[in-house]
Amino acid sequence: MYAELGQYAIILALIFATVQAIIPMIGAQKGWSNWMSLGVPVAQIQFILILLAFAALTYAFVVSDFSVRLVAANSHSDKPMLYKVTGVWGNHEGSMLLWNLILALFGAAVATFGNNLPPALKARVLSVQAMIGVAFLAFLIFTSNPFLRLDPAPINGQGLNPLLQDPGLAFHPPFLYVGYVGLSMAFSFAIAALIEGKVDAAWARWVRPWTLAAWIALTIGISLGSWWAYYELGWGGWWFWDPVENSSFMPWLIATALLHSAIVVEKRDTLKAWTVLLAILAFSFSLIGTFIVRSGVITSVHAFANDPTRGLFILLILGLAIGGGLTMYAFRAGTLKSSSVFSTVSRESGLVLNNLLLSVAAAVVFVGTVWPLVIEFTTGRKISVGAPFFDLAFTPFMVILAMALPIGAVLPWKRAKLGKAMKPLWGALALSVALGALVWALQTGGRMLAPIGITLSAWIIFGSMADLASRARFRQVPFGNSMRRLRNLPGSDWGKVFAHSGLGMTIFGIAAVTAWEVEDIRTTQFGESYDVAGYEFTLISVEPARGANYTATRGEVIVTRGNETLMLYPEKRNFDVQQMPTTEAAIDMGLTRDVYVVLGDVQESGGYAMRVYIKPFANWIWIGTLVMAFGGLLSIFDRRYRVAAPSRKPVSANATPAE
Amino acid sequence: MRYIIVFLMLASAAFAVEPDEMLDDPLLEARAREISKELRCLVCLNENIDDSNAGLAKDLRILVRERISAGDTNKETVQYVVDRYGEFVLLKPAFSVGNYVLWFTGPLLLIFGGLAALKFVRRRSKIEPESALSASEQEELEKLLRD
Repeated sequence: MYAELGQYAIILALIFATVQAIIPMIGAQKGWSNWMSLGVPVAQIQFILILLAFAALTYAFVVSDFSVRLVAANSHSDKPMLYKVTGVWGNHEGSMLLWNLILALFGAAVATFGNNLPPALKARVLSVQAMIGVAFLAFLIFTSNPFLRLDPAPINGQGLNPLLQDPGLAFHPPFLYVGYVGLSMAFSFAIAALIEGKVDAAWARWVRPWTLAAWIALTIGISLGSWWAYYELGWGGWWFWDPVENSSFMPWLIATALLHSAIVVEKRDTLKAWTVLLAILAFSFSLIGTFIVRSGVITSVHAFANDPTRGLFILLILGLAIGGGLTMYAFRAGTLKSSSVFSTVSRESGLVLNNLLLSVAAAVVFVGTVWPLVIEFTTGRKISVGAPFFDLAFTPFMVILAMALPIGAVLPWKRAKLGKAMKPLWGALALSVALGALVWALQTGGRMLAPIGITLSAWIIFGSMADLASRARFRQVPFGNSMRRLRNLPGSDWGKVFAHSGLGMTIFGIAAVTAWEVEDIRTTQFGESYDVAGYEFTLISVEPARGANYTATRGEVIVTRGNETLMLYPEKRNFDVQQMPTTEAAIDMGLTRDVYVVLGDVQESGGYAMRVYIKPFANWIWIGTLVMAFGGLLSIFDRRYRVAAPSRKPVSANATPAE
Repeated sequence: MRYIIVFLMLASAAFAVEPDEMLDDPLLEARAREISKELRCLVCLNENIDDSNAGLAKDLRILVRERISAGDTNKETVQYVVDRYGEFVLLKPAFSVGNYVLWFTGPLLLIFGGLAALKFVRRRSKIEPESALSASEQEELEKLLRD
C-alpha cells in the first residue's frame, strides 16, 4: 500500500515540478508577481512529496517488504538495521530517488530562505531548478521506478553487496549526491543571471554559499570513498583514477575554481562571464559523472546497473542541460560587462591563475577519462588510460598551483607589489625549502617526490600561517591586540586558512605515503617473526570466526616495535547470502603511520601468505580533506553572507579593510 | 536490476601478488612490480595486473617475471606483452600520433588559456580608472584602509 503511495507521490511531484518550471518563469518574463510567487509553495510541496516517497521506500527496506522488487533484489532480513536503511540508496533506483530528494531540498531551501532575493531572480532560479527536477523525476518514473512490485513475493531478498555493508561507503553516496546536486543551484543561478543579463556582487554572494555547501559535501563524499577503498579493498591504495572517481573529481575541481572566481565577482565585479561559465560547467560535469556511472559506457570499477535506455535518457538530459546552458551562454555572456580595473600583479590575477590551473587540470582528467571511448568510436582501437597517465599528466598542474597558492593568497586586490606582498612569506618559504632539503638529505638522495612534496605542503601550510600572523600583526602590535585582530577576522578568512592548510596536509600525506611506503609480501609460518621497516610481525594463529551475517577466517598477528605492541586481526570473510569472499585488512591507524596487514591463503608449502604495509602519514590525506571541508564550513557561516547577501548594495559598501 | 560491483567482487578477495610467484632477487622483483603497475589486467575493469587477483593477471605477472629473469629491459618486457595482447594493456597510452590529443591537451590548454588570461589581465590593467590617485594619495588610502 505505502509503495503505491510512494509511487503516487513521485508522480504528483513530477506534475508539481512541471508547474514550477513553467509558471514562475512566465511570471518573471511578464512581471506578474503572483505567478512568480507561485514557485515558493510549489517547490515546498514538491520537496514534501518526494520526501514522502523516500520515506515509503525506506519503510519498505526497514520492514524487509520483499514484495517490492527493489527490496527483494537489494536487501535481506538478516542484514543489520543500519545497512537496511543505507541499502535504500545502495542501488540505482533508490539512489536516483535520493538524488531527486536532494534536488528538491535545494529548491525548497531557496524557496524558503530566499526571501531577500529579488523576486524575478528567485522565480527564474526556482523555475530552472524545477526543469532539472522534471528531467530527473521523469527519468526516475519511466526508467528506474523503485516502487515496482513482485508477485509472488520471495521468502527473502538477495542481500546487499557485502562490500557496501560498511559505514564509510554507506554515507559516501549521500554526500556525493549533495555535492553533485548542490551544483545544480549554481547552474540555476547562472541560467537565471543569463536570462536577466545581470551578474553583480549580490548574485555572487547568493551563489557562493550554495556552491560552498555543494563543495563541502563533495569534498567529504570523495574522501569517504577514497578512505573506504583504502581500508576495505585491502590493496592499500587510496585513489585509482577510475572513471567514476574521475567523474566526481572533475566537478570538484571546477567547483573549487568557481568558489574562487565567485569571490572576484563579489569583491571586484569582474570575471562575471567566466564565473557563469564555470557554474554551468560544474553542474555539467556532475551530469557527465552521473552519465558515466549509470550508463556503463565506460568500463569502471563502479559498474552500476547498466541499461541502454537509462544511458540514453541521461544522455538526453545531459544534452539539453549542457547544450541549452552553453547556447544560452554563447548568446548572453556578452551582456555581462564589467568595468573594474586591476593590475597584472594583484589578487585578481592570482585568482585567474587559480582558475586557469584548476580548469586545465579538470580538462586533463576529462580527456583522459573519455579518450578510450573516443578512440574506440573513431578508430576502433582499444586503449586504456589509467593511473600512470594521470599521475604524469595531472600532477604538474597541482605542483604549479601549490607553488603559486600562498603568494596569490596574500596579494592585495587591485594593485600589488610582489616584493611587498612577499614580505611576510619569506620566512615560510625558507622554512619549507629547508624542510625539503632536510628530507632529501635524510633519505640520501633517491626520488625527488618526497622532498618536493614536503616543500610544497610546508609552503602552503606555513604560508597560510604567515598570512594569518601578518594579518594579526604579530610582533608589530601588543600580543593582546593581535589576538583581538585574529578573533575579529571574518569567517571566510579563517575558512581560507583552513582550506588551504588542509590542501597542504593532503599533499603532505600523498607525498609521504607514495615515497616512503614499505610493502612486504611473504609466506609466513605460525610463530615465525620477521622485520618490516623496524616492525616485527608474528602470525600467531588463524581461526574460524563468526560475524552477524558472515563467517570468517581470522588471523591473529602480533606487531612489536620497541616497547610498542599491537594486536591485529586481519580477516577473510565469506558472506552467507551472497557466498562472496571479502578481505578485511587489519589496520592500526596513527598520525605518523598506518600498519596494514592483509591475510592471504594457506600456501601449499604450509603457512599463510601475508601482505604487510607500513604507510607513513597516510591519514594526513583524509585529515587534510576534512580540514578543507571545515574551512568551507567556516566560510559558509561567515556573518557577511547572512547579513549582506540580501541587499544589492554596491560592492564598495561591503568591502572590508581586512581584505 | 542487479547492482553488483563486478570488479569489487574480483578485487575484494584480492591478494594479487602471491609469495610463490615473486622473484628471489629483490631488484628484479622491484622492477617486475614497477612494470606490473603499468599493465592492465585485460579481464578486469581498469585494474593493473599488480593489484588484480584474476587468473590472467597472475599469468601476466609470471610472464613479466620470466622476461625480466631472461634479461629483458623494462621496455622490452612491456613491448613483449604489448606485442601479444595489444596496446589495450598499457595503462599509460603510448606517446604516438594517435594519442597526441590525450597527451597535449593539458600543456596546450595551459599555454593558450594562459595567453588568453594574460590578455584579459593586461586589458584590465590598461583601462585607467577615471579618478586615478597619485602615488602618495594611494599610499595614504592604503594606510587608512589598513587600520
